[in-house]
Amino acid sequence: MTSPADTGDRQAPERQQVYWQCRRGMLELDILLQDFFHRAWDGLDAAERACFVRLLDYPDAVLFELLMGHATSADGELASVIEKIRSDPDP
Amino acid sequence: MNIRRRKFDALIIGAGGGGLRAALQLARADAQVAVVSKVFPTRSHTVAAQGGVNAALANVTPDNWHWHMYDTVKGSDWLGDQDAIEYMCRAAPRAVYELEHFGVPFSRLADGHIYQRAFGGQSRNFGGEQATRTCAAADRTGHAILHSLYQQNIRARTHFFDEYFAIDLVCDGEGAVLGAVAMEIETGEPILIEAKTTLLATGGAGQLFRTTTNALINTGDGMAMALRAGIPLQDMEFFQFHPTGIAGKGMLITEGVRGEGGYLINADGERFMERYAPNAKDLASRDVVSRAIAIEVREGRGCGPARDHVLLKLDHLGPDVILKRLPGIRDLAMTFLHIDPIEQPIPVYPTAHYTMGGIPTNRFGQVVVPEMQSPEEAVEGLYAAGECACVSVHGANRLGGNSLLDILVFGRAAANHIIAYLKDHRYHRPLNEESVDRALARLARWDEPGDGERVEDIRAELKKVMETHCGVFREQTVLAEGVEKVKALAERMQDVRLRDTSKTFNTARVEAMELENLIDIALATVQSALARTESRGAHSRIDYPERDDQNWMKHSLYFRDGTLDYKPVRIKPLTVESFPPKVRVY
Repeated sequence: MTSPADTGDRQAPERQQVYWQCRRGMLELDILLQDFFHRAWDGLDAAERACFVRLLDYPDAVLFELLMGHATSADGELASVIEKIRSDPDP
Repeated sequence: MNIRRRKFDALIIGAGGGGLRAALQLARADAQVAVVSKVFPTRSHTVAAQGGVNAALANVTPDNWHWHMYDTVKGSDWLGDQDAIEYMCRAAPRAVYELEHFGVPFSRLADGHIYQRAFGGQSRNFGGEQATRTCAAADRTGHAILHSLYQQNIRARTHFFDEYFAIDLVCDGEGAVLGAVAMEIETGEPILIEAKTTLLATGGAGQLFRTTTNALINTGDGMAMALRAGIPLQDMEFFQFHPTGIAGKGMLITEGVRGEGGYLINADGERFMERYAPNAKDLASRDVVSRAIAIEVREGRGCGPARDHVLLKLDHLGPDVILKRLPGIRDLAMTFLHIDPIEQPIPVYPTAHYTMGGIPTNRFGQVVVPEMQSPEEAVEGLYAAGECACVSVHGANRLGGNSLLDILVFGRAAANHIIAYLKDHRYHRPLNEESVDRALARLARWDEPGDGERVEDIRAELKKVMETHCGVFREQTVLAEGVEKVKALAERMQDVRLRDTSKTFNTARVEAMELENLIDIALATVQSALARTESRGAHSRIDYPERDDQNWMKHSLYFRDGTLDYKPVRIKPLTVESFPPKVRVY
């Protein structure tokens, strides 16, 4: 994993805070969340960003079920972000 | 330097199961306790432990702690300390019942007792029939334990420093440890946390290797802090690998896949395990399969553009078997590789799983170092528990279900010793401010701007070097080259500079300090492995294939200056007869 912080540009602290929230207790979540963050965060609109941040509040075990496709979220916005995370074009 | 200061009776660094179990014991005894964690506590790696916790409850099959002790000593390949193992196995049932009272929702048997499952390495009657010893909360045991302990700590008013990164221990002039300097990640500002006692509970160091099951947080921070404080690391050559992790990523593909008839092939499409283990083939023991994969890759028969992995083929099992019996594996492959194993094989390589070595402690959790004629003198004020510690209950090889037990039993034991210590040590001792200055200098070093080497380049090289030179294929030349390559990386580390030296939520700074920690631990691991000229447990030398009790039934101690020392294994248990070494066969 490369840190998006050390590009030479001072990144918005909020962006870095979200990046750190992608550090989890399980490798599977680290990879899915950080890969998504690196490839998609800058292109998300405000609502999508808020939704991703909301997703990060879930406990690891629940996130694992959602991101592995073992469970689905009834929340349409969350389900949409989860689908984007799962559809990494270059795993 | 004028920095923020706080004072507590006890400082705990790390908020996994070991740290939180200790914190709870302390807070309930009315100690002022602080927990520092670089991530939110319930995001610690304990959450990933799915299997369960061993305790001889005898809910499913007859069992007792003495059989559990025998299995653990045998599993350790007679490198485990038998006093600590006896203590752990005797304490196990109580540890589980305590968890139940803390609110862990253990799965239940039909009669209402705690559900237990059978794991490898568990026996009845000292090596007899399979035992059923692992207590589980479905497949979320670690998650359930961590969340219950966290909630109980909140209730007990433990003070949490969430998203603080511990930089270094601080001490007085006599070497007593009196807390640590940490950095608040949000602001980048340092804080001095003075404490009468400090417990390191920072977990393992799987991030040493390119392919690992460990989360990104597992960078061995506590081990490296101990090294920098002059404390040696014990038995670092013993790192547990699983033969089949998803190549380049690390997630575990269980043995169940090969149990169902899946098999490994190389770039020529050859079922190569037939050459290494003509009878057991793909179901040979973990170390044999791991080494065979590494040899295939080393000899140029690896798959993929970089020829750096082999393939696990299961498409011949047919969709019915895969969908019915291996759905989780299919999900993993589809999510992380976009490969459906019904149609395509899975790229795999041995994956680093568990750090058996660590900070040497006794069974009270006190950190112990050799001093004068004694191999184990306690460092005043300093404790360690869990994967970062080496107590040593796992010896050369850990049994499944014993890691959660380790953190619970020794987290609690350390806290009990701290409680007794605090009764006799009521006042904070004066600090040696030089130790504070040294910790701050480590942080300030990352404020120097420049265009030197980059953290991510050194980190990627380190992980590759460790995988190639200190993974499952170990022999003299390979390890010796590994030592030189890691030393070269340590040199290059001096030239690393951050492009962004800002302070607010500068995660690059944290990652740079994590890399410093990893390099120190890599040196400890590869140098200890080079020195140990035998094969024992997880340390398997091609050039020294036999266990050598005569010369090597002893613990390694690696010091940061590169020197190695050794100390005897504690073969005398607390109350029972010792289990003498014998050949370890299952």
